[in-house]
Amino acid sequence: MAIEVNKCVGCGDCVVACQTENNVPMGYSRDWIIELARGEYPNLFMHFESRRCNHCEDTPCVRTCPTGASHVIEGGIVKVTHDECIGCGACIEACPYEARYFHPDGYVDKCTFCDHRVADGLDPACVSVCPTTCMHFGDLDDPDSEISQLIKSRENYTLIPEAGTAPQIYYLK
Amino acid sequence: MEELFQTARDIHGLYPHVHIWGWPIATYLFLGGLAAGILLFATLYYLKGKENDMPFTVKIAPIFTFIIIVIGLLLLVYDLHHKLYVWQLFTTFRIESPMSWGAWTLVAVSILSLLWPLSYVDDIEKYLHERGWKKLDFITKFIRDLEHNWLIPRFVILTFRKYRTFFAWILLFLSIILGIYTGILLSAFNAHPLWNNPILGPLFLTSGVSTGSAFVMWLSNNKKERKLMSTIDMALIATELFFIIHMIMGMQAGPEVFKQAAHLFLGGEFTVLFWVVFVGFGLVLPFILEAFELKGFHIPPALPALLVLIGGFIFRVIMVYAGQMSEYPF
Amino acid sequence: MNKLNRRDFIKISGTATAGIAMAQPLTGIWETLFPKEKKPLLENEAIKTPTVCEVCFWNCAGWVYKDNEGKIKKVIGNDIDPHSNGRLCPRGTGGLGMYYDEDRLKKPLIRVKGKNGKPEFKEATWDEAFDVIVKNMKAIEKKYGKESMALLFHGKTGPHFEHLFKAWGSQTMGEPAGAQCLITREAGFIATYGAGLASPEPTDVRNTNCLVLIGNHIGENMHNGHVQEVSELIDKGGTIITVDPRFSTMAAHSTKWLPIKPSTDLALLLAWMNVIINEGLYDKDYVAQYTYGFDQLKEHVQKYTPEWAESITTIPAGDIYETARMIGGASPRVIIHPGRHTAWYGDDTQRTRAIAILNAILGSWGREGGFYFPEKVKLPKEAHPPFPKPKWSWKDISREKHKMAIMGITNEIIDHALPEYKGPYKVKGMFIAATNPLQSIPSQDKIKRALDNQDFIVVVDTMPAEITGYADVVLPEATYLERLDHLRTAHHRQPNIALRYPAVKPKWDSKPGWWIAREIGIRLGLKDFYEWEDFEEVLDWQLKQVGSSIEELKKVGVKYFPRKTPMYLKPGEEYWFNTNTGKIELYSTDFAEWGYDPMPVYKDHGDTPPGYLRLIYGRLPMHTFGRTLNNPYLFELQHDPLLWVHPKVARIYGLENGQEVWLKNPKGKVSSFPIKVRITERIRHDSVFMPHGFGNKGRIFVDGKKLEMHRAYGRGILDSEMIYNIEKDPETGGTGMRNNFVTILTENPHNKKDKES
Repeated sequence: MAIEVNKCVGCGDCVVACQTENNVPMGYSRDWIIELARGEYPNLFMHFESRRCNHCEDTPCVRTCPTGASHVIEGGIVKVTHDECIGCGACIEACPYEARYFHPDGYVDKCTFCDHRVADGLDPACVSVCPTTCMHFGDLDDPDSEISQLIKSRENYTLIPEAGTAPQIYYLK
Repeated sequence: MEELFQTARDIHGLYPHVHIWGWPIATYLFLGGLAAGILLFATLYYLKGKENDMPFTVKIAPIFTFIIIVIGLLLLVYDLHHKLYVWQLFTTFRIESPMSWGAWTLVAVSILSLLWPLSYVDDIEKYLHERGWKKLDFITKFIRDLEHNWLIPRFVILTFRKYRTFFAWILLFLSIILGIYTGILLSAFNAHPLWNNPILGPLFLTSGVSTGSAFVMWLSNNKKERKLMSTIDMALIATELFFIIHMIMGMQAGPEVFKQAAHLFLGGEFTVLFWVVFVGFGLVLPFILEAFELKGFHIPPALPALLVLIGGFIFRVIMVYAGQMSEYPF
Repeated sequence: MNKLNRRDFIKISGTATAGIAMAQPLTGIWETLFPKEKKPLLENEAIKTPTVCEVCFWNCAGWVYKDNEGKIKKVIGNDIDPHSNGRLCPRGTGGLGMYYDEDRLKKPLIRVKGKNGKPEFKEATWDEAFDVIVKNMKAIEKKYGKESMALLFHGKTGPHFEHLFKAWGSQTMGEPAGAQCLITREAGFIATYGAGLASPEPTDVRNTNCLVLIGNHIGENMHNGHVQEVSELIDKGGTIITVDPRFSTMAAHSTKWLPIKPSTDLALLLAWMNVIINEGLYDKDYVAQYTYGFDQLKEHVQKYTPEWAESITTIPAGDIYETARMIGGASPRVIIHPGRHTAWYGDDTQRTRAIAILNAILGSWGREGGFYFPEKVKLPKEAHPPFPKPKWSWKDISREKHKMAIMGITNEIIDHALPEYKGPYKVKGMFIAATNPLQSIPSQDKIKRALDNQDFIVVVDTMPAEITGYADVVLPEATYLERLDHLRTAHHRQPNIALRYPAVKPKWDSKPGWWIAREIGIRLGLKDFYEWEDFEEVLDWQLKQVGSSIEELKKVGVKYFPRKTPMYLKPGEEYWFNTNTGKIELYSTDFAEWGYDPMPVYKDHGDTPPGYLRLIYGRLPMHTFGRTLNNPYLFELQHDPLLWVHPKVARIYGLENGQEVWLKNPKGKVSSFPIKVRITERIRHDSVFMPHGFGNKGRIFVDGKKLEMHRAYGRGILDSEMIYNIEKDPETGGTGMRNNFVTILTENPHNKKDKES
């Protein structure tokens, strides 16, 4: 996924769309918004970041899961099999992005890149609803895909690269 | 000036920082380390042939281990959010997950640590009488009854007695894994800089063994045994102090994130708790008391033992809470 | 074969029944322990109904997705809709929260106790409620005349009651969208171009090269289509210049941000005109062909130099020159955005005139990349007898003083409802539909006195907003997801119609606005104006007149029609503007005739009094003021509104992030509730910012039980409470509210008061 922070207005549409699409219980969210501001008036800088599970390539969460409930499916999406999860919380501790949370039904839940939509050829709910079209989704393994080209053409960064998780969400400046 | 604002993430347990593990996990880590320490000594001295010189350590202490581990397991299950699926832990073994190692090891150790004292029924009875706990006689009567009148328990206990050395080796190996795994579990989480250092595993093992020796010191009724444990404990405490200093120095020399993690103990919220309560009362004071004991002063053995035990517990509590507070700012 | 005898049969069936009876609680326990997981609704499983969103005025068209049990699961945009382009904003996406909100009004309510006491109601049937309404409306008719019954309305609910009132014989009406919001902008543009802007503004942001925002905080106001087009502009690398005293979201994404001193925008605009005219950056051909009064304008702006403007606006002259050249260089593909809520300082028509004039000399009106000529579908209104002519109407009330009042002014109506008003246009009864004057109109005390002075008040609403506490009858309206309303025929690049069709039956005992209006109308003897039974007949008839039908629109949601007029001016084309001179009036002949300034003149609006901070209010992208505060989805995004405070101010008052403070204005009025502080560099040291519409105080009692918007109650401060200084725009009556000041209190003033008393 790629998110252009020079366009994001921090409206929270991605959060609400995810909640209605994925039946996220009230009071919980799979994605969230961060506002970063720096400087002194009037020399200021600010941008928003929409954050969620980064579906890392080197997942600390999948490694630490004792039952195998956390697993990676075809395409690199990290998912949790609810009936195999015992709710121990190891994966929540393992994630440096605080992307996971305990669903009130007991299992661990997080962003799934709306894999049920991706399977139908649609974009995740957050990507399809964003009014500034600052979110993009695609095949990062394919160097010719639109998203790979987009990332190559722009200055970008990922979150906490020093944690060594190889996150797959690129923030484009 | 840098400002960071977050919306839509006021989830209990995640805000303002991850805090999903609390006293159940801290207690479990403590109990795991304690059980590992006791069993380490039990099997070690058995294999050295000292079972009669160290009767409590080798023959009696492991029964406490069983109870300790069961309490630990109950705490673990209590802490689960999806309790009814706990059996899923045992449908697979995941080599990369310290938790999986822990689950299987705990079950194996608990079974073995139950069988071990079951094969020493006579010594248990003697210990109970010496201590004046005649009321608990029904336990030994029940075990004897099992051994004599029921086929499968008889077979199991007799096999165990016959191959005790073999099982001792296994139990020794498993107890080391148990002791070290609680530390590795935390150090594998590179999302929390305070935990993410390789010294944590050996530190937890040493602390666990130290609490094990303190436990024996407290409950044994053999003076020689207590004195030996006291000496060993002094060495272990010294090792612990060495590891702690090493760990903090390592964090101070690392990148900014690690310095901030170390700051939790060097001026942050946990400074007093760590240095005064844990290091002061839990390590240094017992060390001094044990030294005096060696010199010949009469110190009630329970005192340094309890200090070490409480110190070990406080240490686990601090690590669980402080560790979750240390994160990568992002 | 063993025959089953009766006894065995009874035994077996008895056991089976007992077994089933036992299984019930067992399955219940099973379901509690192992709850069935809600799977997401797949695209091809969903039942789709077209709708038009009502969470804000932008009215995006969308689809309501229901699962096969008929439950609404989500609302998404209609791909072919020009307002949303298939993407709804967070409020639209969260619109189903309005439907599921447990605090909704459920049944008609009739007041039981005395007016000035606690607001107590009893549940009633629709018939009972209607009887009370009709009785009282007739009583007002007898005592004062039908004209004294006023209608305050907003949104798509309004037209149903407008029709009712006009049919009955009262045209005393107003909506807050007038004087509180865009009336000054409409006046400024009508005076210049002979045409207003309406909604959505026909700004061709998609094709522009330079967008200038004067205070317009796009991105925090989620004007969906515009935010989308601004994003396209950012993609293209276009220039965005934001003029705002606050470092708004758009300021952060702009090419250039001019941190202007509040209230001095007109100085900047005049200085820009000065540079653009003097350096020849204006569109000479366009000006020559289409404008009137250029020479007067040129002479008029000579004294407004950037150096002069610097001393007033605190923007360095160099920046003014630079931005003027950026703007001029982009001509004619440049938009000085007109904004929307433009009632600021009392000279707002003149300021929006300046914006209109600037656009004119840059040649952007009617040009690609500037302002396009929008067109809308003209739907014939269903036939009805001619409306009776009332003795007086909103025009008499509003145009007494303000010649350019193009719509009813709510606060003027309220002024005429006060007990001290003794003139001929008295208002003694109010019908308030889908608006909450206590929040939207400033000077709350005046409004409360006006409301208390009424003989009869009806409130039609979906939620128990504060206004319901003043009503004699409360009618629960169904939300937009449950009702039909007029077709959306808003103007755009291409004329289009959008259908709002009910996706589900109205929840509880709520009813659509058209049904309420019709029922009241029939009981008032106005059957001739309501010859249809179901509003769907009206819509179907209207659609058939233009070659479509309800069936078609139910399938597509939005239908386009070909344009009849060109979208842009052709180069050199003759064009007649609807002004006195037939040209774009840079010098306004109407204004000159009526005694207003024919060209904008800068007026100083004073400084912040010492010890006080200027109160700046605005929007949040996830809320539409009071309408969404209780929406569970949107509430979760940000529980509490925040007061932006500069670090210097925080130091003076000793404030910490998240601390609760109260506000007090120079008249001594103290806020009812506290607000949490956000210490940020993004606000000036002499101002504070907070979003409008919070501090909800509505609470009524129905049959003894409390009914309120429990998520919204008591959160934050209502800025209308703090606003005491209203500067009336002379041309339109627009209420300028930005010259208001407050001071911060760190201790709860209400505790102190109790102590003192």
